[in-house]
Amino acid sequence: MARIAGIDLPREKRIEIALTYIFGIGRPTAVRLLGVTGVDPDIRVKDLKDEDIQKLREQIEKNLKVEGDLRREVGGAIKRLMDIGCYRGLRHRRGLPVRGQRTKTNARTRKGPKKTVAGKKKAKGPGGK
Amino acid sequence: MTRSAKKGAFIAEHLLEKVERMNSTREKRVIKTWSRASTVVPAMVGHTIAVYDGRKHIPVYVQENMVGHKLGEFAPTRIFRGHGSGGDKAVVK
Repeated sequence: MARIAGIDLPREKRIEIALTYIFGIGRPTAVRLLGVTGVDPDIRVKDLKDEDIQKLREQIEKNLKVEGDLRREVGGAIKRLMDIGCYRGLRHRRGLPVRGQRTKTNARTRKGPKKTVAGKKKAKGPGGK
Repeated sequence: MTRSAKKGAFIAEHLLEKVERMNSTREKRVIKTWSRASTVVPAMVGHTIAVYDGRKHIPVYVQENMVGHKLGEFAPTRIFRGHGSGGDKAVVK
């Protein structure tokens, strides 16, 4: 059973991919980890040797902030923005995009599912008012 | 692109002067400023700076963790009162 950083890795996937199931590890980090530990990136998780898992686990523990710790750090940073009352904090509070994106259309990731407004006219093409 | 570290943080000269003068005389007074682009520096911590939002000056009490942000970030320039004929609904803070 390959359990790293409190996460069970999917057994059928290549370790290079499986590592990205850990919050805080993406493809580049996964590749770098495998390079440092000398584990073959093409090997499936179920075929991994215990010592390899151990090596990966140590490497992650030593050098990376993952899962809970990382989530807390991110949350703390957002909370700081909200507490000091700066523009980015206000955007977080209102659940709107923070980095200057348009909100006339799109921005659905931040705003969530569309809320239909009564009496709103359908947008006309260019030329119309 | 970020500003070259060699130059240091940008602060309007006139604002910095006022802050330093207040620091040396240990007095506390609200400074009005139009310089929204100025960076908050440690020297400002504990002062209240009234930042112009295009209409009026909004008093900003500078705290430790505001250092590094720009003054303009603390004085929004737009007021959104909601859509439709709801009248003047208050802004959700």
